[in-house]
Formats: sequence, C-alpha cells, structure tokens
Amino acid sequence: MDQIILQILNGLDKGSAYALIALGLTLIFGTLGVVNFAHGALFMLGAFCAVTFSRILSLSHVVVDETQKDFLGNPLKVDVPYIYDWFGESTGQAIINWSVPLAILFAIPVMIIIGVVMERGLIKHFYKRPHADQILVTFGLAIVLQEIIKYYFGANQIPNPAPEAFIGSFDFGAAIGLKAGTIIYPYWRIVYFCFAMLLIGSVFAFLQFTTFGMVVRAGMADRETVELLGINIDKRFTIMFGVAAAVAGLAGVMYTPINPPNYHMGMDFLVISFVVVVVGGMGSLPGAVAAGLLLGILESFASMRQVIEALPGINQVVIYLAAIVILLARPRGLMGREGVMEE
Amino acid sequence: MLGLNRKDGGLLIIVAVLVALAPIFLNPFPEQSGLAQFNAGYPDLMQRFVIFGIFAIGFNILFGLTGYLSFGHAAFLGAGSYAGVWMLKLLTVNVIPAIIISTAVAGAFALVIGFISLRRSGIYFSILTLAFAQMSFALAASVLTPITGGETGLQTALDDPRILDGINTSGNIPAPSIFGLQMSDSFQINIGGWLWTFNVGYYLAAVVMLSAFYIAIRIFRSPFGIMLRAIKSNQQRLNYTGLNTKPYMLACFVISGMYAGLAGGLMVSMDPLAGAERMQWTASGEVVLMTILGGVGTLIGPVLGAGLIKYFENIFSKINDNLLHEWFAFLPDGAEDFVVSIIYPFVGKGWHLTLGLIFMAVIIFLPGGLVELGQKIASVFKKKNSELTNTTKTKASE
Amino acid sequence: MGILEVQNVGKRFGGLQALQNVNLSVRENTIHAIIGPNGAGKSTLLNCLVGKLIPDNGSVQFDGSSVLGRSPYEINQMGISRVFQTPEIFGDLTVMENMMIPIFAKRDGSFALDALSNFMKHKDIVEGAEKILEEMNMSNKRSMLAASMSRGDKRRLEIGMCLSQEPRLLLLDEPTAGMARADTNNTIDLLKQIGDERSITITIIEHDMHVVFSLADRITVLAQGTPLVEDIPDKIKGHPKVKEAYLGETAH
Repeated sequence: MDQIILQILNGLDKGSAYALIALGLTLIFGTLGVVNFAHGALFMLGAFCAVTFSRILSLSHVVVDETQKDFLGNPLKVDVPYIYDWFGESTGQAIINWSVPLAILFAIPVMIIIGVVMERGLIKHFYKRPHADQILVTFGLAIVLQEIIKYYFGANQIPNPAPEAFIGSFDFGAAIGLKAGTIIYPYWRIVYFCFAMLLIGSVFAFLQFTTFGMVVRAGMADRETVELLGINIDKRFTIMFGVAAAVAGLAGVMYTPINPPNYHMGMDFLVISFVVVVVGGMGSLPGAVAAGLLLGILESFASMRQVIEALPGINQVVIYLAAIVILLARPRGLMGREGVMEE
Repeated sequence: MLGLNRKDGGLLIIVAVLVALAPIFLNPFPEQSGLAQFNAGYPDLMQRFVIFGIFAIGFNILFGLTGYLSFGHAAFLGAGSYAGVWMLKLLTVNVIPAIIISTAVAGAFALVIGFISLRRSGIYFSILTLAFAQMSFALAASVLTPITGGETGLQTALDDPRILDGINTSGNIPAPSIFGLQMSDSFQINIGGWLWTFNVGYYLAAVVMLSAFYIAIRIFRSPFGIMLRAIKSNQQRLNYTGLNTKPYMLACFVISGMYAGLAGGLMVSMDPLAGAERMQWTASGEVVLMTILGGVGTLIGPVLGAGLIKYFENIFSKINDNLLHEWFAFLPDGAEDFVVSIIYPFVGKGWHLTLGLIFMAVIIFLPGGLVELGQKIASVFKKKNSELTNTTKTKASE
Repeated sequence: MGILEVQNVGKRFGGLQALQNVNLSVRENTIHAIIGPNGAGKSTLLNCLVGKLIPDNGSVQFDGSSVLGRSPYEINQMGISRVFQTPEIFGDLTVMENMMIPIFAKRDGSFALDALSNFMKHKDIVEGAEKILEEMNMSNKRSMLAASMSRGDKRRLEIGMCLSQEPRLLLLDEPTAGMARADTNNTIDLLKQIGDERSITITIIEHDMHVVFSLADRITVLAQGTPLVEDIPDKIKGHPKVKEAYLGETAH
C-alpha cells in the first residue's frame, strides 16, 4: 500500500510537468489550430531563464579581503556578488538561495515576450498551412533554439538547486499515520506539484471567468463566428500564445532543481507531451492535464523495481504503449471533443 | 529506354553518369592545395551520399506522394542495420545476405508499425510514428540488449559463427566484402596534383542506389503512384470512387520502410556497427530535411537534398576558429575578429544550428525545395526568352 | 421492387430523432428527387445510403444487397456513384488523370498493386477517359490541373468521373448548391441528357425547386425526418401538405 502511495507521489511531479506542457500545447492547438513542435523548447527556455537569473544574481566583482589570507600569505581575493553590495550579505545570500522561485518573476515577462515574438514572427504565417508544414517549421525552430542554448551554455547539465528550506524530504508516511520512514518524499517535488496545480487552476480560472478567456474559448470552438462578430481574434491569439509560452516556461523554471537543465531537455519532453495531448484528447484542456498526471504516475509505476524485473525496460516504453493502445481503441482520447481531427 | 519515357530516362542517365564519375569531380582540388579540405571525393563520404540518397528516396515515396509525415523511418533504418550486422556475424561477411535481409526485416517491421499507425491519419498518424520511433529506440537501447548490444551497439567480432565462411579464429576480424572484394578496397588514380579514389564499397552502394532510383521512377509513373497522389489530393474522393485506400497506404509505407532498411543494410556493409541512436525520432528528422530541402514529391529532390546535406555537413564541420581567422586575415584585426565571431556559431559544431535555420527557411519561403528554386530560375529565363521573341515578332510585323 | 429500397429507416442523434419510418423506393432508370425544408433529414438519409452512417433500425437495399455498414469503396463497387455538394475531385492532378482513376477502379477493383507499369500506357483506360472527356465537352482541358478549373467545370468533371464507372445509381447531393442560374441550367441539361441516353438511375437530393421540377420523374418530400408525400411532380406542385411543410418552416 505504501509502495503504491509512493509511486503515485513519484509520478505526480513529472506528471505535473507533462500536464503543464500538454496544457500549453492544447491551448495553442485549440485556439490557433497550430501544431507546435517548439513547445518543448519553451519548457527548456524557461529552465534556462532560471539558470540565467541565478547567474545574473551571482554576478560578482573581486574584492580584496584584508582579513583573510590565501595560501601564499597574500590578502585573499574574494568574489562578492553585487547583490551583497546592494542588499547586505545576509539578504543577498537569501536572495541567491531562493533564486529558483524568484526566477519566476524574471521568466514571466521573458517567456511572454518570446511567445509573442514567436507567434507574430513565425506562427501566424502558418495558420492556413497544412499541419505537416507547421510541424516541420516548429521542429526546425526547436532545433535552432536548442542549438543556441547549447552554444551559450555548453552541452552539459547545469545544476540549479532549490532553496535550502526545501532541500530534504518530507516524511509523508508519518503524516498520514504510517510508520515513520515508509513514505519519504522530497519537499521541492511537493512544492512543484502544488505550484503546477496553482498554475493550471489559474489558467482555467482565467479562461472561465474573464471576458478575454471567454472569447478565447469561443474562438477555440468556432473561430470563424468569433471573427464575424467583429472581435479581433488575432490579437487575443497572440496573447494566448504568450500565455502558453509562459506556462511552459514556468514549468521549466520550477523543474530545474528536480532535473538539472540541459540543452536537449526540450526534445525529451516534447515527444511525451504530444503523446499526452493525444491521450487526453486533442482540444481538451482538462484531458491534457488529466492525461499528463496519469501518464506520469503510470511511468512511475512502471519504474518500480518489481515491475522492471518482470519486464525489463518497460518504464521507457510504457507511455508509448499506453498511447498506442488508447489511440487505437478510442481515437478521440480520454476527453477529446468529437470532430477534432477526425476523418 | 528500360520502360521509362524520355525525360525520366534522361534523368536516370544523368544521375548515373554523375554518380559514376563522382570520385573525380568531387575532388576538384589538388591534394596539396589549400582548398583540398573541400574535396568530397573520399570513400566514406561518397558512400554516405548514396546511402542517404536511398533513404531519402524511400521517404519521399511516402511523404512526397501521399503527404503522410512519418517520424519513424529512422527505426526502419536502425532495424535494417541490426539485421545486416547479424547477417555479417551469423552467415558471412559477403554483404549480399546482409543487404537482402536488412531490407526484408525493415519491410516486416514497417508492415507491423504501418498497420497500426495507418489506422489514423494526419497528425495522429505522425504522433503514432513518433511514439513507435521512441519505443524502438528505447527497446534497442535498454530492453533488447542481447539482440542489439544496447547502448554500445552491435559489431562484428572475431568469434562470430559466419556459417557460410570458414572458421576464423586468428588475425583481424574479416571485413565486409562482396565475393572477395573488400568494401574498403579502392584503387587510386594520381594525375598531376589530383588524387581520385575509386572505392569498391562506394560503387556497390551506387549501383544499388541507381537501381533504387530507377524503381522509384517506375513507381511514380505507375497506376500505384497515381493512386498515392490521389490519396494526398482527396482521400475521400478516392474512397468514394471505389478504391480502398488502406492497402495502398500500407503498401506505400512498407515500400518506404524497405528503402530505409536497405540504406541501413548498406551502411553496416561499409562499416559493421549498428547503434541505437540511429533509431531516434530526431534521426528521422534528418531524412525529412533532406527530402524537403531537395524538393518533396519530386524524383531528383531527395537525392539532391541528401547529397547537399551530407556534403555541407562535412564541409561545415571542418571549418573552425583557426580556419576562419586564416580566411579573414586580410581584414584589419578588429574587423577580422568581428566577422569571425559572427560566423563562428554557425560552423564547426554549430552545423546543426545552420541546418535548423536552412530547414526553417526552406519551409517558410521555398516549400518546394531546390527543385522549385530551379524551376523558378528556369521560368525566369523562359520569360526573358519569350519577351525577346515577342519584340522581334512585333518588329517584323511593322 | 425498386433498385434502391429504403425500409423503415430510423436514426437518432442523442435527443434528436433525425429520421424515423423512412420508406423509399427508387425505381430503376428513373430520376428520383428527395426534397424537404432545412433540417428535414435529407443529409442524414444520404449518409445512410452511402455508408457514412448506420441507421438505428431499418434496411437499405441496393439491387437486393444491403448497403448498411459497408465502406464507401465497397458501396461504389456495388454500382453506386456519389456526387458531392462541393465538387470533390483530385485538385492536384490533371483532368485526364482525374478521369482515368475511376476507370482504373472499375477495371481493377478496390486494390491493385501495379507499381511498375506506366500509367499512360494502359490504352483501354486512356481511351475510356478520352471518351468521357468528349462527352463532357472537356477534351481540350485534359492537361489542366483540376483545381484551376471553374466550379461549373469541376462539377462536370466530377459527374464525368462518376459516369465513367457506368454506375447503376448516381447519387447527387445538392449538385446545384451555390451555382449561378446559367450553370444550374447547364447542370439540369446535362443530367437530363444522362438520364435519357443511359440506362441509369438517378437520385438527387435537392433544395432548388426549379431543378427538381425540371428533372424528376418522382419526388419524395421529407419533413422532420419522415416522408411526407411521394408522387409525380405535378401532384407535388400544389400539394397543401408540402406547402405547409415549407412555409411552416419559413414562418419560424
């Protein structure tokens, strides 16, 4: 039983990442009708926003510290981050410690700008073009973005740790009355899951409760009619793309402590995200979220020691197997709307 | 000629001549000259040209004719390459079984994957092939390790059974050959400062490629080919006209997969090493790129695209910092550094960046690829020609 | 016993009973029109006839064999050809190629793997296509890309493609929808000519009364999912129930 709970928990954080990326993909596909193979790259860019932010925070200058000596006996040259100068040492340290969550503030405008530029510069020219062309050009863009990041940040992973307060694990088992030490779960993953749910909730609330959101939902259902009503759907779609980019980016920012960012993480997550979207049902936002979480948990169960012993390598392929089965049995996906992409 | 009309026959002859003489004109620079690094006429690279040409031709039969975008073709190439290495290990280092079996195995693999993936069309189909590609990669890398050698890959070894050859327990691992001629054998012609290498492996692959190209031409012009184009144009209408599009699509997919397997088999015939990373979906992306760059749906397009991409991959990877500084040394120092720093990200290891940008440019501006570009240029000339004849005509009538 | 026998067909979509108790008998070699106001169920009925929808109950028999549950290509091979509301042709192919494909389908069946012969070398197919092109007065257009033609020409091409298979039943779905008067009259003439010259049954779903009354031998009026009246055109013209069905609909 505790194993089951542990695996469910295990699957939730990766599943949340899948859900967030799939959410953005579905938004873009549902509103703009565009298949965006560069979406994984947005996730990656978000992660590198966090890296960049923490590097900015760590920008330092050299100060000669008379009170300390280096091994030659000369006064020690110390790197002092500018932050320390501005905010004082203890606050400065705290800020650097919390760089990942603080990166959110940095990432939101950056990702929105990137999203808007992408949409206005490239995507909007592909609305009327066949899906194959959209896939190909966004695939090319994903490669370009990936290579640019590789050029500036190198090919290796860049560790980006969570704030100290969240390092370490939470004894989940004890909290629900089981023996201590049976279910231990890292704090930051809990934070990530809650953050993801918050983000997803905000997106849904935005779509449900604002006029803007209502127009977007109407546009998702019937773009032509909305345009005929004289509403400039173009601008709203641009903003929507920016929002979707920001969601993917934020998912990436907060994921950095869990998985140190590297240049090809976008592609790694992209394939699974598409599989998630299709399983959830193309065009269904709740479907994307539900499928993301479910597939994350499924992957986690498939990684259990007992399962791998019985079926080696199953954890790598289980998501694809699930997708294949679902696509064949229920092409609409779990919650897809009828008529989306059906022949 | 050989059942082809004049235009197609002419095209085949031109390609055959180019391919036959490739060792010569791909090495236009004398060996000792500064430009010698831009020579492309060495066996390894030339083999890659024709092998990827086969891969792209096969992919084009699917994507170009029917419009179905598959990300799984690298899996067929990979399957073919594993099958090929096994033949080299189990049967003989004579490459013929390897080539035949790799094609057959890939075809069978494509039959299974195609049967499932083709139950859907459009983007669902593409995502299914994507899923299968990743699954194949994972299976090859981690699950089926006895067959595939896992992450290290599969190679020939000294103690391989090689049932049809004699037992060989000493000396080097026997190299792939065809009836005694080793793939790596070449003879060289040295005239003046020029060095031309005529390599057995290359010519074998070239002959196979020309045959594959010929078959592709026949397919394009056949009733089967027209039906495939009709599927792309209006699948619904084709169904209502009494044709069951499913077997057509499946046959097309299998044929396309067989081409990929053939390429894989030839690849390991030249260099008996099969690895899992060849099966990833991003490797499929490369052949998509070649086909589109050259001109999707055309006959010569994929061949052009494959050749150009492999050539430039070779060239660009060689250009590094030092070389750039050499070239731009004539500029004043500041300008030289500036120019080098601008170009640097796009060459050497930055080849993929350049490739991605070219890819995007082609899709955005020239979706018909180089063939479309060629046609546009040709029509500009034709227009100029007819303008000239028009002015002369009006002059005459005055 | 008509060549097309629809018996007691019903179809429900969720809360909406789109068709109920539909009985229809189309006699061979006649032109039979199905008309009715919007929402009467014409499209639903058509889709049941061509394999796109399976009715909840009832039967649809073509020349004694059931049509239900068959794929579109099977239904075509049975002898039913369909003309769509918006002309469905192979836009990326030439007119000649468009015309040859249906003849291939008729000759070789639903699947033939002929990947090595040359398309144009099949003399019988080429001649058959030339013949139809001439009948449709399109011989001079044979090398044109189908997509570049006018809508009226596309319609002619589509009808020609259907006729080339010598179908026993030609099903037309609002063939003059969106057409200008001149084109409509051309289509009417063409269909009349086809009906006269060939041994063929034509079933036409139409909205345009002028078309219907110029062409039809018999008319079935559908209203609210069920046949209201079926008779010869003269008897339908002034029929009070028909008027009510149409006017009642307009009054909403």
